Amino acid sequence: MKNFTTLKSIPAYLSLQNIDTDMIIPKQFLKTIKRTGLGKSLFYEMRYDDKGEKIKDFILNKEPFNNTKILIAGKNFGCGSSREHAPWALSDFGIKCVISSSFADIFYNNCFKNGILPIKTSEENVTEISEYSIRQEEINIDLAKQEISFGNKSIKFDLDEFKKKCLLEGLDDIALSMDKIKQIDEFEKKLSLNKPWIFSNE
Amino acid sequence: MSKTLYDKIWDDHLVNRQTDGTSLIYVDRHLIHEVTSPQAFEGLRLQNRKVRKPELTLAVPDHNVPTTDRSKGIDDEESKIQVDTLRNNCKEFGVKLFDVTDKRQGIVHIIGPEQGFTQPGTVIVCGDSHTATHGAFGSLAFGIGTSEVEHVLATQTLIQKKSKNLRINVNGTLPKGVTAKDVILKIIGTIGTAGGTGYVIEFAGKVIKNLSMEERMTVCNMTIEAGARAGLIAPDEKTFDYLKDKAMSPKGKNWDKAVIYWKSLYSDKDCKFDNEVNINGEDIEPLVTWGTSPQDVSPVTGVVPDPNKESNEDRKMAMKRSLEYMGLKANTKIADIKIDKIFIGSCTNGRIEDLRLAAELLKGKKIANNVSAMVVPGSGLVKAQAEKEGLDKIFISAGFEWREPGCSMCLGMNPDQLKPKERCASTSNRNFEGRQGRGGRTHLVSPGMAVAAAIKGRLSDVREIQ
Repeated sequence: MKNFTTLKSIPAYLSLQNIDTDMIIPKQFLKTIKRTGLGKSLFYEMRYDDKGEKIKDFILNKEPFNNTKILIAGKNFGCGSSREHAPWALSDFGIKCVISSSFADIFYNNCFKNGILPIKTSEENVTEISEYSIRQEEINIDLAKQEISFGNKSIKFDLDEFKKKCLLEGLDDIALSMDKIKQIDEFEKKLSLNKPWIFSNE
Repeated sequence: MSKTLYDKIWDDHLVNRQTDGTSLIYVDRHLIHEVTSPQAFEGLRLQNRKVRKPELTLAVPDHNVPTTDRSKGIDDEESKIQVDTLRNNCKEFGVKLFDVTDKRQGIVHIIGPEQGFTQPGTVIVCGDSHTATHGAFGSLAFGIGTSEVEHVLATQTLIQKKSKNLRINVNGTLPKGVTAKDVILKIIGTIGTAGGTGYVIEFAGKVIKNLSMEERMTVCNMTIEAGARAGLIAPDEKTFDYLKDKAMSPKGKNWDKAVIYWKSLYSDKDCKFDNEVNINGEDIEPLVTWGTSPQDVSPVTGVVPDPNKESNEDRKMAMKRSLEYMGLKANTKIADIKIDKIFIGSCTNGRIEDLRLAAELLKGKKIANNVSAMVVPGSGLVKAQAEKEGLDKIFISAGFEWREPGCSMCLGMNPDQLKPKERCASTSNRNFEGRQGRGGRTHLVSPGMAVAAAIKGRLSDVREIQ
């Protein structure tokens, strides 16, 4: 996985609450068997009209936001389906960081597997940072310091230590778990003794 | 120390715990389908990894499959590739598959319980958010992303942090015409779509206890719509009766041993929940959704709410957007909303009991001229059972289409979709913008309410046709 250290971009602000994964990437794009190529379909229904033409008013179709790396959104971002196509589409578009006052659990987890940093911060902070989208000014993200800086101000954000480490170093968590294979073996041995029906119903 | 049901299952599956609380938990049951697994298998291949426990994994194509005659194969090229890819991956990695033409094929969350693959006290995962359904059996069941599917395939474990405990007690009894679907819509309407975020929910109370297994699955199914990844109900005699003699249920001595363990799965009397919510069964009415979020619920006897009466600005904006998308005006009577389509099916309401209830109400009646209606049974076995009971004939003579099993119009990945501005009374679980087709307008309802809407051609109170 690609690692994440720092990021600098003019953020794009979508004030909508409860943006669901169907909005982020609609079902017709889930038929792929690849992880790549979904960026052009990100927010498809909001971004394109019935004829498939770009809707000029939609923020991600406008300069400079069509090149943004940071999305700011209303609360409960990423609710709904577990489709990892949602972070794949964001990442393929170029968005590596999403800032909101809250995220849906599955989406939040899926981000970290794809080098995307979801930042949870207060609604007041979201409102303040969104001004930088409106003014088209850059903000900075520093993962190691857990800091968003803008203007001459900076704010800290909370993050799980393990998730932070994986993201900073671009670690493959399957490999990390494979290192614990002895413990998994032992667990399975006990399991087959205590609950034999898990492995065989006869 | 006293524990909640969730605490007990969690502790029983802990393989490793780091000091920061990050844990490796064991997965007993892994369900896979064609949409969220191809990239996971591809990942295994790239790293030269195997499926650690193929015998704990079960695969079925459901999201993409057509619900019309399948003997000719799948027309849509991309859908066909996904279903073929699942078949090839299962063959290569030794995973059991119920293929498209298998009579056991169906929606992944219907077939798990139906086969006895779903069992109390297990950890069950699937690359689908409605995995919460299996929590009805007292299993810790939740949806995961594709990277996590790959992680489970490779290691039979998952990296997790423990969630908080939330108990929702639904007390008393349910009035006539009110079903499990109304119970869960009421819960979502009460706590909101983010109300359960960070929690595992245990559903308890007399109403829950009195629900059948099918109804409990309906409740747990939509836990994710309340923001929680998993919802649980403590197993009891009903659970054991349901599982007895299912194809993959424990047999003989294993059954006896399993039941002893299953009987230990309940929240201890003096255990602590991080949060608790109480709802009175008597306060629940037949509900419908009016907006584009499952929390946008109203009694069928009510009216479309007025955004201008909302004090929170963001909420007001969201409501206005919803009403515009739905083509509705504030203060319109719910029962005056005309309907074009009826969909009965999905992992929420596609089980045999749902079809029995719908057919009973439909007997000897016809659907209104302005609607078209379809029933999509949740699985091949549900379909066969319904046909054995003659339910298909009731649906067909009333004017419904009787289809082959799959996810169908719940998410419209196959050809079953709404056209722009078409309005549907649907027994599914999500009313998001575009969910059932671009521009399509979804009203979530119970199967009984779907039948009422079908007969009257508008959203209607099920109690009027009972």
